[in-house]
Amino acid sequence: MYYWNKDAECVDRGELDALRNYRLLKTVRHAYENVPAYKRKFDEIGLRPEHIRGIEDLPKLPFTNKTDFRDNYPFGMYAVPMDKVVRVHASSGTTGKAVVVGYTQGDIATWAEMIARTLGAGGTCKGDVVQNAYGYGLFTGGLGAHYGAERIGASVVPISGGNTKRQIQIMQDFGSTVLCCTPSYAELIGETAHEMGVDTSKLPLRAAFLGAEPWTEAMRRKIEELLNIDALDIYGLSEVMGPGVSYECMEKNGLHINEDHFIAEIVDPETGEPLPPGSKGELVFTSLTKEALPILRYRTHDITYIDDSPCPCGRTFHKMHRIMGRTDDMLIVRGVNVFPSQIESVLMEMEGTEPHYMIVVDRSEGEMDTMEVWVEVSPELVSDEVRTLENMERKIAGELHSLLGISLKVKLVEPKSIPRSEGKAKRVVDRRELYQ
Amino acid sequence: MKVSQLSVFIENKSGRLADVTRTLANAGINVRALSIADTIDYGLLRLIVNDPARAKSELTNAGFTVALTEVLAIEVPDKPGGLAGIIDAFAECGLNIEYMYAFVGTSGENAIVIFRVEKVDEAMSSLQKKGVKVLSGEKLYAI
Repeated sequence: MYYWNKDAECVDRGELDALRNYRLLKTVRHAYENVPAYKRKFDEIGLRPEHIRGIEDLPKLPFTNKTDFRDNYPFGMYAVPMDKVVRVHASSGTTGKAVVVGYTQGDIATWAEMIARTLGAGGTCKGDVVQNAYGYGLFTGGLGAHYGAERIGASVVPISGGNTKRQIQIMQDFGSTVLCCTPSYAELIGETAHEMGVDTSKLPLRAAFLGAEPWTEAMRRKIEELLNIDALDIYGLSEVMGPGVSYECMEKNGLHINEDHFIAEIVDPETGEPLPPGSKGELVFTSLTKEALPILRYRTHDITYIDDSPCPCGRTFHKMHRIMGRTDDMLIVRGVNVFPSQIESVLMEMEGTEPHYMIVVDRSEGEMDTMEVWVEVSPELVSDEVRTLENMERKIAGELHSLLGISLKVKLVEPKSIPRSEGKAKRVVDRRELYQ
Repeated sequence: MKVSQLSVFIENKSGRLADVTRTLANAGINVRALSIADTIDYGLLRLIVNDPARAKSELTNAGFTVALTEVLAIEVPDKPGGLAGIIDAFAECGLNIEYMYAFVGTSGENAIVIFRVEKVDEAMSSLQKKGVKVLSGEKLYAI
C-alpha cells in the first residue's frame, strides 16, 4: 500500500473527530468575524458562532452557494486582507458565473499536501517524472497538481494541455512515469499513441490521476488498457480548494475525502435536509483549515453518496462514490463549466437568431468532448446565399469561444425545429455516458 | 424585368426536400428551375416557379423559411460558345456572378440561364446595352 502521509490518512477516527470539532469551531469564528457576507447570513437567522459546538451542529449553519461568490465578486468572500493572498484562481464564465478564489501561503501548503496524498495513493514518490497535462492558468488543475507533485519531490513536467503528439514524444523522451490530466484527454493521448505506433507497454508510464470532469468505469478500463497504467479518479472544485479534495486509493472503489481538512455532508437537493451515510444526494462541503476563503456548507450540486465502510487500504477517511450526476443544468465539457444561460446570453445579443437553441454534447470513442450548439435561424436571416449563413455560424461560434474558452460547433437549424416544451425548456442533450 | 427566386432553408434531414415539393404540388405550383447549395448540415433550395408570391406563402404556412431574391434570367444562344459570350459580357461589365444555374425550357432558339449578381438593376441595364437578352419575370413564369 502507498501513502504520502500515513499518520494523517490512517488516523484513529476518535482522534480525527476531535480534531474536526476543534477546527470547525475555529473556521466558523474565522468566517463570521472576517467575512461580512457570512456575518450577515448568521445575523439574519440569529445564529452566533458559539451556537456551533461541534459537527452535530453543522445543520444549523446556512448553506453557501455559487451566488454568494457572484454577489461578492471578486474578493468579497475572502477572510484575510489581500496582502495575505498569494494566489488567485477563477472558474470559467463571465456572465455572472465567475468564481474568484484566493489562497494564503498556508492554503497553498495545505492544497499541496492534499495533492501529495492524492498522487501518493497511486504510488508517486521522489524520483517519479510527473507529466502535468492539466491546463495551467486561472483553472486550478494545472498549478494545483504542480505544487502537490513538487511537494512529493517528483520531477514535474509542466506541459499543460494540448499538442497531443508532443505529449507522447515528451512521455517517451523524458520517461514520464505519472500523468495528470482530464480523463478524456488521457483517453485521447492513449488513442493517439496507438495511432503513432507507440508501444505503450514499453513506456515507463505507471499511473494517471484524472479529474476535473465526470467519467465512467468503462473509461477507466479503456484508459488503463490503452496506456498500460493504473488510472485513479481525483475530485475537487475551486470554491472548496481545487483538485485533491478527495482521491482514490488503489482499491479504485470510491474517493477518500481529506476529512481532516473538509467535512462532507450529503443533503436532499430539494429540502436541504441532511441524509445519512449511504443515501444518494447533493454533496456539501465545509472547510476546516482554509485561511483566505473559509467555506461553510458549500453546495456543490454534485450528486453522490458517502461510503463509511472500512477500506482495505487502511485509510480511515470515509469515501464518496464517483460523481453520479448534477442537480443543476451545468455541463462540464473538456474540464470547463458551461451553463446554458451563458450560451443563451450570447444568442440574445446576436441579430438573426431566435432564442431557441439546443446544446448537444457528445464524446466519441477516443475523442475529446464535442459541443454543438443548434440555433434556429430567424426568417429574416435566411438568404439565398450559403456564405451569409456560414458567416453567421462563424460569428456565433467565435463569440461563444471567447466567452467559454472552448471551441464548439454552431449548427443553424430550421425555425421551429427545436422541440418546444411546456415546462422548463430542455436545452441540453448530453450523449456522453458519464455517470455509470 | 427581374425574376423572383425563392430560397428555402432546408436542414439535411431525410424527407425535408420531399415536404417542399409536395407542398408546391398540392398548391398546383409549377417548378421551372431549381438548384441546391448545400453544406454539411443544411441546404438552400433555390426555385423559380410560375407563381413566386403564392409559392412563398404556401411554403411559409407549411413551416419553411423562405426568402425572395431577385435574379436575372438571360437568354443564351443554344450553340457552341453561346454561354461563353454571355459570361464575357458579364466580365466586360465588371459584374461578379454570385451563382448561376440553368433553366428548364427554351425561348425560341435560345436556352435560359439564371444569374445571381449583386446589383441587379445596374447589371441588367449594362448587360442590355451589350445586347444581352434579359427575360422579364412575366414572360419567364409563362414559359
